[in-house]
Amino acid sequence: MASVLVSDVRKAFGATQVIHGVDISIEDGEFVVLVGPSGCGKSTLLRMIAGLENITGGEIRIGDRVVNHVPPKERDIAMVFQNYALYPHMTVSANMGFSLRLRNAPKADIDTRVKRAAEILGLVPYLDRFPRQLSGGQRQRVAMGRAIVRDPQVFLFDEPLSNLDAKLRVAMRTEIKELHQRLKTTTVYVTHDQIEAMTMADKIVVMHDGIVEQIGAPLDLYDRPANLFVAGFIGSPSMNFLKGTIRANGSASFEGPHGVKLPLTGTPDAWNGRPAIYGVRPEHFVIADDGAEAEVQVVEPTGSETQVVAKIGGEDIIAVFRERHQFRPGDKVRLRPEIKLVHLFDGEAGQRLSA
Amino acid sequence: MADIALKTGTARAAPPDVSAWQRLRANKNWLGLWFMLPTAAFLILFLAYPLGLGVWLSFTDSRLGRGGVFVGLENYIFLWDDSVFWLSVFNTILYTTVASVIKFAIGLYLALLLNEHLPFKAIIRAVVLIPFIVPTVLSAIAFWWLFDPQFSVISWSLRKMGFITENINFLGDPWNARWSVIFANIWRGVPFVAITLLAGLQTVSPSLYEAATLDGASTWQRFRHITYPLLTPIIAVVMTFSVLFTFTDFQLIWVMTRGGPVNATHLMATFSYQRAIMSGYLGEGAAIATAMIPFLLGAILVSWFGLQRRKWQQGGDND
Ligand SMILES: Nc1ncnc2c1ncn2[C@@H]1O[C@H](COP(=O)(O)OP(=O)(O)OP(=O)(O)O)[C@@H](O)[C@H]1O
Ligand SMILES: [Mg+2]
Repeated sequence: MASVLVSDVRKAFGATQVIHGVDISIEDGEFVVLVGPSGCGKSTLLRMIAGLENITGGEIRIGDRVVNHVPPKERDIAMVFQNYALYPHMTVSANMGFSLRLRNAPKADIDTRVKRAAEILGLVPYLDRFPRQLSGGQRQRVAMGRAIVRDPQVFLFDEPLSNLDAKLRVAMRTEIKELHQRLKTTTVYVTHDQIEAMTMADKIVVMHDGIVEQIGAPLDLYDRPANLFVAGFIGSPSMNFLKGTIRANGSASFEGPHGVKLPLTGTPDAWNGRPAIYGVRPEHFVIADDGAEAEVQVVEPTGSETQVVAKIGGEDIIAVFRERHQFRPGDKVRLRPEIKLVHLFDGEAGQRLSA
Repeated sequence: MADIALKTGTARAAPPDVSAWQRLRANKNWLGLWFMLPTAAFLILFLAYPLGLGVWLSFTDSRLGRGGVFVGLENYIFLWDDSVFWLSVFNTILYTTVASVIKFAIGLYLALLLNEHLPFKAIIRAVVLIPFIVPTVLSAIAFWWLFDPQFSVISWSLRKMGFITENINFLGDPWNARWSVIFANIWRGVPFVAITLLAGLQTVSPSLYEAATLDGASTWQRFRHITYPLLTPIIAVVMTFSVLFTFTDFQLIWVMTRGGPVNATHLMATFSYQRAIMSGYLGEGAAIATAMIPFLLGAILVSWFGLQRRKWQQGGDND
C-alpha cells in the first residue's frame, strides 16, 4: 500500500491541453473518487497514474517514488477497465493468475492466491469458464479478481460499473466498498456518477474541464460546495439556482427574479446590492405561510418522496418532499428555503460567498 | 429450438384432413431445400463434375483428342516408377513448405509493423499490397527478367559492387532455379498474409494490451500470450489458403521456367499440365493432378482441427 501524490500534473495530446495542472494528495489506504462530467479528463489522469499515458508536465509520486518515467509494470498498480479487458482466450483462473504467471511465481502459490481472491468475490464455481460464458456482473468481478490477486500498492478503477444494470450497480458498489474496507488498499476510482462518488468515497475530487474544482469528504462537498459547478454537480436532483441581488441593510434578504424575496442570514451589510446566486437544494424547501409564492407545474411521486417542479419568480425550481402532497399543476403553494441551508455564490465568478 | 416450436405449431394448427403434400409445403426445411438447389446445381456443374471427370480420366488411357478406356490403376502404377513424378512431388513439397513458412514469418512481421503507429501508414499499407495486385503473369515476366542469365539486374549490381565476377545462372542451375521461383512466390504471397493478419490484429482490443502491460508483460510476452493466441484462428485460415495456393501454383513456374532446368522446378501442377496437354497423355496428367488431392485434404484437415479446438471462441452456456 502506498500514498499517491499528484502535483501540478498537465497533459496535452498534441496541441490540445486536456489537463491543466492538477494537485491531488491521496493518503495511504484512502478511497478517492474522481468525479466529473464526460470529457473532463478523469480517465486521462487515471491512465497517467497507471503509466499508460505520458505525463506532459508535473509529477506523480507513488509512495516515495516519482513515477513519471517508471514503466507501468514497475509501478505496482492494478487497474480495472470499464470494458473489463478480460483475456478472452484464458479461463477465469488463468485471467486472474496471469500477472503471477508472468512473474514466474510457483504454481502452488498462484493457485492459492487465485483461490483466495475467487472466494472473496464468489467466483469459485466459475474458475474454469471463459469470459464469454459469464454474465456482465461476473466479468466485472473477474476484473476485480485480477487486480486483487496481485496485491498491488494501488487499485485504479475506471468506471467499472457503467456497463451494469442499475440494480447490479448498487450491489457492486457495496461490494467494492466492502472489499476496500477489508483489503485497505489505496484506491482511485473514476466515475461520472455522483451517487457512486458520494456513497463510496473517503474523499471526492470533482473535476471539470481538466482542472480540479474541489476536493473534500462527500458530505463536505454536499454541505459546502466551493462553487456553482460543484454545487450543481453534487446532489440529485441538482441544486436550484436563482439569480438576484443581496439586500442587507439591517436585516438581510435576497431579491430574486421578478422581485421575489427570499430569506438570508449572516450576511454582512457590506454585501448590500451585490449581484449573487442563491442556491437551495430541492430537499431544503419547506411549505410555510411565510414562504415565496410558487406555482406548481409538475408533480412526480416516486413513492418514497414527491418531486415538485414549480415556478418561483418565473424560474423553474425543483422541490422534494418526504411527505406525500396532493398538489395539482396550477396550484399555488408557499415554499420557504431552510435559511441555515441556503448557499450563496458570487454572481460572476460563481465562488461560494457565505462563510 | 425456434423452428421445432414452429413446426409443432403448424402441425397442431393444421386440420386433420390436410394431405401429406400440404404438410410438406408448410415445412421450413422443404422450402430451404428449394432455395439451396440453384447453388447446389452450380457447385455440382462447375466443381464436382470437373473433379469427378478428372478422377475418372486418371483411370483411363485417354489421349488428347481421343477417348480412352478404363485401365484401372495403370496410370498410377506407371507414375510410381516415374522418377520425374517423384521429383515433382519433392519440388512441390519443398516449394510449399519453404515458401509458406517464410511468407508466414514475413507476413506476420509486416502485419505487426503496420499495426504500429507509423508515419504515412496508409501509403505503406497500399504499397505492401502491390505484389498482390499485379497480375501473376506480369510479375512472373518481371522476375524472369530479373533472373535472366545475361541481363539480370541482380547479377549486374553484384558485379558492379565487386561481389561476383560472372553472372549468376539463376534459372539455369537446378537449385538456383528452385530458390528463385520460391523467392518469386514469396514476393507475391506475402501481401495476402500480411494484410489478412493485419485485419486480424486490428480486432484485438487495445485495452487487452494495456491490461497485459499493467500485469507486467514485456513486449514479447504480450505477443506470446495475447496477440498470438488471439490471432491463431485467423492464422489457421490464412495459412490454409496460403498452403493451398502455393501447392497448386502454376502460373509463376510456367512463365519463369516451364518446370526446367531438367525438371528441377516442376511442381505437380505444371508436371500434370505438361503430361496431359503438352504431351497429350490426358490419363496420366489426370492421375498426377488427382495425386494432389490427398495432400490438399491433409492441409485442410489440419487447419479444420486447429480451428475446432478453440473453445473460447464458441458461445458458452450463457451467451
Ligand atoms: N488519445 C487522445 N488524443 C486526443 N485527445 C484525447 C485523447 N484521449 C482523450 N482525449 C481528450 O481528452 C479529454 C479527456 O478525456 P478523458 O477520456 O480523460 O475524459 P473522461 O473524463 O474520462 O470522460 P468519460 O467520463 O466520458 O470517460 C477529452 O476531451 C478527450 O477528447
Ligand atoms: Mg473515461
